[in-house]
Amino acid sequence: MYLMRRYIACLLLLGLMAGGAAVSAKEAAPLSADPELEKMVNEIAAELRCLVCQNQTIADSHADLAVDLKNQVREMVRQGKTRDDVVDYMVQRYGDFVRYRPPVKPTTYLLWVGPFLLLAGGFTILTVNLRKRRQITTDAPLSEEEQQKLESILHSKNKTAGNKKGEDY
Amino acid sequence: MVRYLVPLVIFFVLAGFLYVGLDLKPREVPSPFINKPAPGFQLQQLHSMNELFSNKDMLGKVWLLNVWASWCVACRQEHPVLVDMARRGEVPLYGLNYKDTPNNAKRWLNEHGDPYTLSAVDYQGKVGIDFGVYGVPETFIIDKQGVIRHKVIGPVSYQELSACIMPIVNELNKREQIDPAALAVLTEVRKACT
Repeated sequence: MYLMRRYIACLLLLGLMAGGAAVSAKEAAPLSADPELEKMVNEIAAELRCLVCQNQTIADSHADLAVDLKNQVREMVRQGKTRDDVVDYMVQRYGDFVRYRPPVKPTTYLLWVGPFLLLAGGFTILTVNLRKRRQITTDAPLSEEEQQKLESILHSKNKTAGNKKGEDY
Repeated sequence: MVRYLVPLVIFFVLAGFLYVGLDLKPREVPSPFINKPAPGFQLQQLHSMNELFSNKDMLGKVWLLNVWASWCVACRQEHPVLVDMARRGEVPLYGLNYKDTPNNAKRWLNEHGDPYTLSAVDYQGKVGIDFGVYGVPETFIIDKQGVIRHKVIGPVSYQELSACIMPIVNELNKREQIDPAALAVLTEVRKACT
């Protein structure tokens, strides 16, 4: 009985090791026989949005649909289709949304020009503010009246300061 | 005074944007197929594998194509709605069994009821890609000329059925041809849906 148990434990252990070996072998498997083709597929896939997980490209995503679409891209590239052909094929089915780089057309003008408008707006605000600040801090000579006022203030201050000093002593 | 108003105004503008954003559905990508002919397909039928079903067979009828799968959780949610709709028999409902195994699909229909006149088997999901399917379930309304007139993304609700799908189907059933005037009416009805 004891021997039997030991035997089973050994078998289980062996099974685990074999399983581990199989897993690592799978990971090392090459993606495709043709690295050139695979590179092209990845380049195109990186421009297409995965519609299931919308902030990922189909190159990054492992969603079922993304894998299917990537296979579709691979098939089309293998048939000799160009990048534009593939992108057109996807846009036809999923709309412009599938493109990570949206096309320039009236509905997307704001999208393309928006950041520059914001930048220009920021610069305008900055310049206006800087101008204002310069006006505030410019040294203008004092008028006669102001000069007198200043002197009288300074004078009285000196006096009070002196008095204070006197009291302290 | 103005200096204190600026942050307040910015706050209200931002709050306004966020409020509008609450009602937006970024997951629902507008389909490029609306008012375009449905892509042609010819597929095996789920319940009689020797027979084919093509969308050409449906020319002359207004019908619904519902994309479903036994692995799709949201399909369970809409299923009672579809079963009810089929019972009333107001519009023919056909299924596109998407990336499923026939055995699982049949078992699922046995369990939950089969509202479909028939289901076509899209085992590899190629027809799904042709139709721009990205989130199962999806439902297409197709007119007598084989043109897609509306698409529901996600589970169909009773509310959607009565407020959106049936009005469109009724409009489409009224006419043989969709002229610009009819198109305007349809667009109006579709606007009310969303």
